[in-house]
Amino acid sequence: MATGMRIGVVTFPGSLDDRDAQRAVRLAGGEPVALWHGSHDLDGVEAIILPGGFSYGDYLRAGAIASLSPIMSEVVDAANKGMPVLGICNGFQMLAEARLIPGAHTRNAHQQFIRRDQRLRVENADTAWTNGFEQGQEITIPLKNADGRFIADAETVKRIEGQGQVAFRYLGVNPNGSFDDIAGVSNERGNVVGLMPHPEHATEPGFGPDTALAMSSGVDGLTFFTSVIRKALVA
Amino acid sequence: MTTELTQAPGSAGSERHIPDTVSNAAATPDREQPYGALGLKEDEYLKIREILGRRPTSGELAMYSVMWSEHCSYKSSKIYLRQFGEKVSPAMKKNLMVGMGENAGVVDIGNGWAVTFKGESHNHPSYIEPFQGAATGVGGIVRDIISMGARPVAVMDQLRFGAIDAPDTQRVVDGVVSGISFYANCLGLPNIGGETVFDAVYQGNPLVNVTSVGVLRHEDLHLANAKGAGNKVVLFGARTGGDGIGGASILASDTFSAGGPTKRPSVQVGDPFAEKVLIECCLELFRDELVEGIQDLGAAGISCATSELASNGDGGMFIELEKVLLRDPTLTAEEILMSESQERMMAVVRPDKLDAFLAVVAKWEVETSVLGEVTDTGRLIINWHGEEIVNVEPRTVAVDGPVYERPVAYPSWLDELQADTARSLDRPETGDELREQFLALLGSPNLADKSWITNQYDTYVLGNTALSFPDDGGMIRVDEESGLGFAIATDANGRYCQLDPAQGARLALAEAYRNVAATGATPVAVTDCLNFGSPENPEVMWQFSKTVEALSDACLEMEIPVTGGNVSFYNQTGTAPIHPTPVIGVLGVIDDVAKRIPSGWQDEGDNIYLLGTTSLELDGSAWAGTIHDHLGGRPPAVNLEAERQLAGLLAAGGSESLLGSAHDLSEGGLGQALAESVLRFGVGARVWLDEVMERDGVDAATALFSESTGRVLVSVPREDDVKFRGLCEGRGYPVARIGVTDKQNPGLEVQDLFTVDLNELQQTHRQTLPARFGALIAE
Repeated sequence: MATGMRIGVVTFPGSLDDRDAQRAVRLAGGEPVALWHGSHDLDGVEAIILPGGFSYGDYLRAGAIASLSPIMSEVVDAANKGMPVLGICNGFQMLAEARLIPGAHTRNAHQQFIRRDQRLRVENADTAWTNGFEQGQEITIPLKNADGRFIADAETVKRIEGQGQVAFRYLGVNPNGSFDDIAGVSNERGNVVGLMPHPEHATEPGFGPDTALAMSSGVDGLTFFTSVIRKALVA
Repeated sequence: MTTELTQAPGSAGSERHIPDTVSNAAATPDREQPYGALGLKEDEYLKIREILGRRPTSGELAMYSVMWSEHCSYKSSKIYLRQFGEKVSPAMKKNLMVGMGENAGVVDIGNGWAVTFKGESHNHPSYIEPFQGAATGVGGIVRDIISMGARPVAVMDQLRFGAIDAPDTQRVVDGVVSGISFYANCLGLPNIGGETVFDAVYQGNPLVNVTSVGVLRHEDLHLANAKGAGNKVVLFGARTGGDGIGGASILASDTFSAGGPTKRPSVQVGDPFAEKVLIECCLELFRDELVEGIQDLGAAGISCATSELASNGDGGMFIELEKVLLRDPTLTAEEILMSESQERMMAVVRPDKLDAFLAVVAKWEVETSVLGEVTDTGRLIINWHGEEIVNVEPRTVAVDGPVYERPVAYPSWLDELQADTARSLDRPETGDELREQFLALLGSPNLADKSWITNQYDTYVLGNTALSFPDDGGMIRVDEESGLGFAIATDANGRYCQLDPAQGARLALAEAYRNVAATGATPVAVTDCLNFGSPENPEVMWQFSKTVEALSDACLEMEIPVTGGNVSFYNQTGTAPIHPTPVIGVLGVIDDVAKRIPSGWQDEGDNIYLLGTTSLELDGSAWAGTIHDHLGGRPPAVNLEAERQLAGLLAAGGSESLLGSAHDLSEGGLGQALAESVLRFGVGARVWLDEVMERDGVDAATALFSESTGRVLVSVPREDDVKFRGLCEGRGYPVARIGVTDKQNPGLEVQDLFTVDLNELQQTHRQTLPARFGALIAE
């Protein structure tokens, strides 16, 4: 499995889960490459992760300032050429701000930060980051955010639902008031995926969510990273 | 303008405030100064005049007043706190890299790794402005950890609020919890534990204590000292503003009338993004060995940082204060000296490394200014636009402040309180009565589920959290290769401390120690956050003196050093002091976090054992408080040697992986521990009490609700049963098999007495906080 696929993780001022995303890449058999927001150099990576955090303190809007960072022009170009890009939480917000995926995010409907182990259904197992899942598979991924409510106008929601761009949906409880229980979306091509929960925190036994078998043993998130590596192998 | 002012060159006609200079002070010895409004007593003011041989300048007065405050100088507590340094055995020093007196203590945990940890209070600001008060409380303690050269890796919070149904409690709870959540989550620090207590004694004076932990390699250790004449003194981080200025504005407005600055609010405002960037920036500076000494700016701001750095180093420093970058250009020199603006650090940098230092700081887009340099004059000299406004021996400001031996008096009410024992209270006898009281305790505010709070805290970030609430302690992996990690737990029971402060302190230490042991870690060090009423009340001073004496003796007996801590006085509602609330934090080490022990049952058919014995000890208990609204008598006995034995037993059981779970018995006794062990993973149990009742000679109510110490509930897989029993026998620790886990019937059955199914346990435990504070987001 160890292809040594080089996957970049961009650190912005205020990124928090960047080292965790790097660890997840390593656990999946890839080679994490630290990228810096202020650079224009993608360092030859084959996929990119925009990690979670509070880049620029969520000033203006979550992800808004980071989406204008120097490196984002290269990220947008690469995404438009088909490079796999995963936006997690704050990275999801950046993807929306950069218009790489549809929709936007507002404050959680209940107005509080929420952290919980969230059940999700995989609605599209045909993207660069989800092809290792079964269509309709139920997974548990930690969620932690303050501005996680996915919104879009009715026409956009209808379109992305129709085109299979809803990648994940919340199950059991909608933790933030997202429209249509949408937890994650992709672009039309399926190479760019953004979601609010944190797959990098469900990749290592002992440090993930609880499962029916044992505490902290959930590793459903690993499939995100093995999917992109597998995709590269197949391609 | 008065004639006493000298004007800075070139500033004639400008509206800039012109401060009092040293030469002006010497020339105008009789000028009246507002020392009283700044919190200084007359004899303290006269002492300052004696030290300087003249009257202080207004800037010097500002510095002395904040540094000689109770908060910064520990003037009422110092004579007692010395005991922590004196009562130390060689074993306690063995792993101690940095002890009391620095920003935080540092403990060697092996393999070249060290852990630094400390607790601090932010009580008063959190009542006035709960959100910012609590947020900046997190920010302050985290900067202490960075100052040691460590990466902060976790926080915990110890909260005390008024009665849950008091009108003001929701405002304070909402603000404090969201403030901690906001700041620590934005910093990317997992919150791994803590406590929340509701009690009317905290109604007008909530307690917000925050503990932070950092990890470092031995070679990265940094200390707050300014050595090497010619080295640069650099201020970096957020700009200095008018927030958090206590008395400086009084001083300024008292001294200067027309056109002077207005009084400013004294609550600080936090920006966690600025602090997060500062953390990463500092760690890069440490990695590249670009700083000689470093100090965070907290209470007393630049006054504190300059005088402490200089005192701990070669003793001299020269600062040009106008170089401080300001958020508000109208600030006076005195206000700049006293400002408590957050997210600032001061570093001592070698001239040949200054360019590299500035490059790292620029990379992180952190603002910086070089304020001056270390000197060999032995004086801290501060200029303002070329005029000398401070010229002092730094130790007189930072170290040799006043020391008080406050009057101490045995509380007039204590004998009567201790005589009013819970033994006379009616105890339940039938199964139905016991069931009702068991559920009343489970749903009482202090024993109810705290998910409404903890769901607002990130536990996952950094990816190393091995245990967090509701387990007995938090646990963090330090070394990803070996699995080496630490555990930490904090405890305090104000009710016990009110009944007997010395015993209360021992009990808090014993419980935190036991909690750490229950995670599988070995306790190695202690921090404390001592919250008390007014030191000017002799009865409070008696409580304080008893607490410190007992705690230092107990640490010596258990051979774990106190590495640092914090004292918070003047916690009272009106004239009524809070219960003494010494929050004790114990740090433990575990070789491999994969061997961690959770607090609840996971597997079918495990045997459940109760370690330790039970006596009739209901004085001060949750049962007495919840069922009878009673507080009186004497708290439970504690045997520190037995606690050590118990910890040794748990460590041995944990390292051989014999224990499926371990949960300490404390508030609410065995009944509460059983319920929590079921609720942790939703695995039920059948339990019998006969053996314990017969062996210990107690009734069912005592078996279920007594708070005797030295007890832990453990579950053991059947295949390890013989080994486990052998372990207990070999160590001579009392043990009784009291039940078996049951996955098929996931409730709690106490044989011959009562049964509660899982759903009722969950409903009872979970509903209390949401009923007051808003819905819980859960399935």
